[in-house]
Amino acid sequence: MDFSFIVIQTLNGLATASFLFIAACGLSIVFGVTRIVNFAHGSFYMLGAYFAVTYTPMLLGVMPGFFGFWFGVLTAALSVGLLAILMEVFLLRRIYRAPELFQLLATFGVVLVVQDLVVWLWGPEDILGPRAPGLSSFVTILGQRFPTYELAMIVAGPLVLAAIWLLFHKTRFGVLVRAATADREIAGTLGVNQTALFTAVLFLSGCLAGLAGALQMPREPANPFMDINMIAEAFVVTVIGGMGSVPGAFLAAVLIGLLQAFGIVIFPKITLVLVFLVMAVVLIMRPYGLLGRPETVGAAPANEAVPMPPFDAPARLFTVVIIGFLVLLPFFADDFTLKLMIEVMVFGLFALSLNLLLGIGGVVSFGHAAYFGLGAYGAALIARHFNAPMEAGLLLAPVFAGVGAALLGAFLVRLSGVYLAMLTLAFAQILYAVAFQWVEITGGDNGLIGIWPSAWAAERLPYYYLTLTLCTIAVLLLFRLIEAPFGYALRAGRDAPARADAIGIHVARHRWLAFTLAGVAAGLAGGLYVYSKGNIDPVSLSIPISVDALTMALLGGIHTFFGPLVGAAGLHLLKDFIMPLSDHWRFFLGALIIALVLLFPEGIAGFFRRHASWRKAGEARA
Amino acid sequence: MAGRRHAKKHPLLTASGLNAWYGAAQILFDLGFTVFEGEVVALMGRNGAGKSTTVKSLMGLVRHSGEIRFDERRLLNMKPHAIARLGLGYVPEERRVFKGLSVVENLEVGRLPPREGTAAWTPERLFDLFPNLAEARHRQASDTSGGEQQMLAIARTLMGNPKLLLLDEPSEGLAPVIVERMAKTLKTLKAEGLTILMCEQNIHFARPLADRALVLESGVVRYDGSFEALEADDILRRGSLAL
Ligand SMILES: Nc1ncnc2c1ncn2[C@@H]1O[C@H](COP(=O)(O)OP(=O)(O)OP(=O)(O)O)[C@@H](O)[C@H]1O
Ligand SMILES: [Mg+2]
Repeated sequence: MDFSFIVIQTLNGLATASFLFIAACGLSIVFGVTRIVNFAHGSFYMLGAYFAVTYTPMLLGVMPGFFGFWFGVLTAALSVGLLAILMEVFLLRRIYRAPELFQLLATFGVVLVVQDLVVWLWGPEDILGPRAPGLSSFVTILGQRFPTYELAMIVAGPLVLAAIWLLFHKTRFGVLVRAATADREIAGTLGVNQTALFTAVLFLSGCLAGLAGALQMPREPANPFMDINMIAEAFVVTVIGGMGSVPGAFLAAVLIGLLQAFGIVIFPKITLVLVFLVMAVVLIMRPYGLLGRPETVGAAPANEAVPMPPFDAPARLFTVVIIGFLVLLPFFADDFTLKLMIEVMVFGLFALSLNLLLGIGGVVSFGHAAYFGLGAYGAALIARHFNAPMEAGLLLAPVFAGVGAALLGAFLVRLSGVYLAMLTLAFAQILYAVAFQWVEITGGDNGLIGIWPSAWAAERLPYYYLTLTLCTIAVLLLFRLIEAPFGYALRAGRDAPARADAIGIHVARHRWLAFTLAGVAAGLAGGLYVYSKGNIDPVSLSIPISVDALTMALLGGIHTFFGPLVGAAGLHLLKDFIMPLSDHWRFFLGALIIALVLLFPEGIAGFFRRHASWRKAGEARA
Repeated sequence: MAGRRHAKKHPLLTASGLNAWYGAAQILFDLGFTVFEGEVVALMGRNGAGKSTTVKSLMGLVRHSGEIRFDERRLLNMKPHAIARLGLGYVPEERRVFKGLSVVENLEVGRLPPREGTAAWTPERLFDLFPNLAEARHRQASDTSGGEQQMLAIARTLMGNPKLLLLDEPSEGLAPVIVERMAKTLKTLKAEGLTILMCEQNIHFARPLADRALVLESGVVRYDGSFEALEADDILRRGSLAL
């Protein structure tokens, strides 16, 4: 590595850092003020890019040159800001008091809707935008060519940082934003209208994300995958910097930018892993990121203890009826239905394992796909590289996942809230990156194929019964666990951690154990999944799979036994129902998620349970 | 009844049948009391009696039911910021100044439009009232002393030109000299005609300032009247105030 090379890579890293910062800082600001983790921030970014490649050529037609280009960029950014206002007014405003996971899910619904709208409006092909007039050539630095546009971008990041700094320190709006970030409740008691402030903040963050997308125009064509690619990195930057801290986001962006620029040279195979690895290390050393602060007391609403309905006679009867139904199903169902039910059972177990953390432990696992994928890849890898039979695969899948969960869990129990959620996400993304980049072992993007069950289970029917048996055993064991003192200890830790610790419950140890067990159960689901499909690819470790699990658990109702199972069945049947009907299943699924969150903030099963108890109360009165 | 003395005065705040909850736990039970214009009332009671919860309910910060009238308006179901804009100023327990903001920025957050008929508070006027803050004006709130933070918390709320100040334990955790200075300042505010409802455990701090005592015990009003009668009632004093 000679000196000029180091200089050029540093410049590349700084340019990347600028983009990352502009893209991510809005996410951080919104989180700071509203405490919402806004998945749709990636959609804002993508829309910025699409608006820019649409407006700019038009504007360049009217006023060629400098002004046309930058006017296009500005218009794109402002348009996205306006859309962000719409989202705040019609969606976020209605769910500020909902549990944070519901908010997250709702914003993910927006992601799905926007993905389809973009393809519908602009088509699936990449759209290349015009280059920036005056910035489309190269400069020569130490004998190496470097694009002038990149050089301009290196300046753009600090400029945006300075603009935000001025806004936050020299205007009343900015002072209010900082005050609300520090202590929303007190800002409210001083007469600060949160609704107006939130709307304004969403506008600001929409503009920034849109700007980042628009600035991307000369570097990368607008494409429908920009949103997810960006949001993962934006999360990393936000979390490393400390959620809510703009200077922190800048620092983190520089760190990540340089890491990527040099990582690609030094460790070309593990660039993706590197980024998430750094995030994990930072979080373990500084649980609130580089410049973040712990939440102020009183900022978060106190947990309200939510009782779990007892696993009483009606619940047991319901269980028996369901199992009976599933046992008898093959006698009158066709092959397709059995295939579908295998998936429902597998994902039901997966969702239930997540709910051991979510509903019972009060721990938000955001990357639950990690354990599903560990189980699936574990089984597939020993089948591929050691010719292990299915029986060994199904036995070892939960072990692999459990060990992974136990290792991560040891670090996790020190974190809280959204940082914990982000570390689980980081872990899943690291595994995803490994599966994606370690082609020789994992098959990379194509994954591993030809992972079939042993001869006796090769037909659909025996495999169905195998799945039913294993899932039933696992589910019943989980229920037993939840009803046992272990479950009560977990719930005590969820509702009143300090008090639970005081009466001698080792909250951290119980959580760690819950993590491990949830990993084991998810791993079994992953193992069953891979043998039912015959193949596995990195998608099984990706964000959408984690979100699927969250959707099932949340929509089913996390404070019920059967909720996650109901949610799994509901979501799968719906997907199978919508997908064949329309190319725009994402749109409908997203709209459905949004509608469900707005209508049933306590989940479907929770909703029916409450209705049932109302009815009972009514009858008692009558 | 000492309240009689104010009977011809205008009632600024009236609570009746006030209940409040944290989650499923009910904390306040059927509270009823009135604060008259220009009056300073001390809300007293042991730790956990419900003093803070009472002022938080008035501010719309905890779930509650019952009737709260402020200046002829009903406050039920109003958001805290709207209540603040009507003229109820709240100074929280433990100060809760915005640590990352400077002293003047903290004041700016509290600024609300002036109220008709009274001189609006400005940072300059507040610096006259709290000379310590004047010196610290450009410092971060986190770099100020506990006493300065308490003064800042009060000054910040005054920037909203409240008609009624809800003070939660203003003397708590302060050095004796600072407590004295605080008492003086509050006297000045009272002399200017500001109405104050003040949670206070320290009867020696409350007594010279307040016109009337309101004693809570386990979420119900145990006593409402003059300090003379309260001090004469030894049993009540020992039981509810633990002096
Ligand atoms: N956020 C909360 N969640 C649940 N219970 C609470 C909460 N805050 C207070 N409580 C309970 O409500 C009751 C009344 O508390 P409150 O803070 O109003 O008392 P207080 O009279 O102000 O006491 P102190 O002198 O300690 O400030 C106490 O039993 C307390 O434990
Ligand atoms: Mg109190």
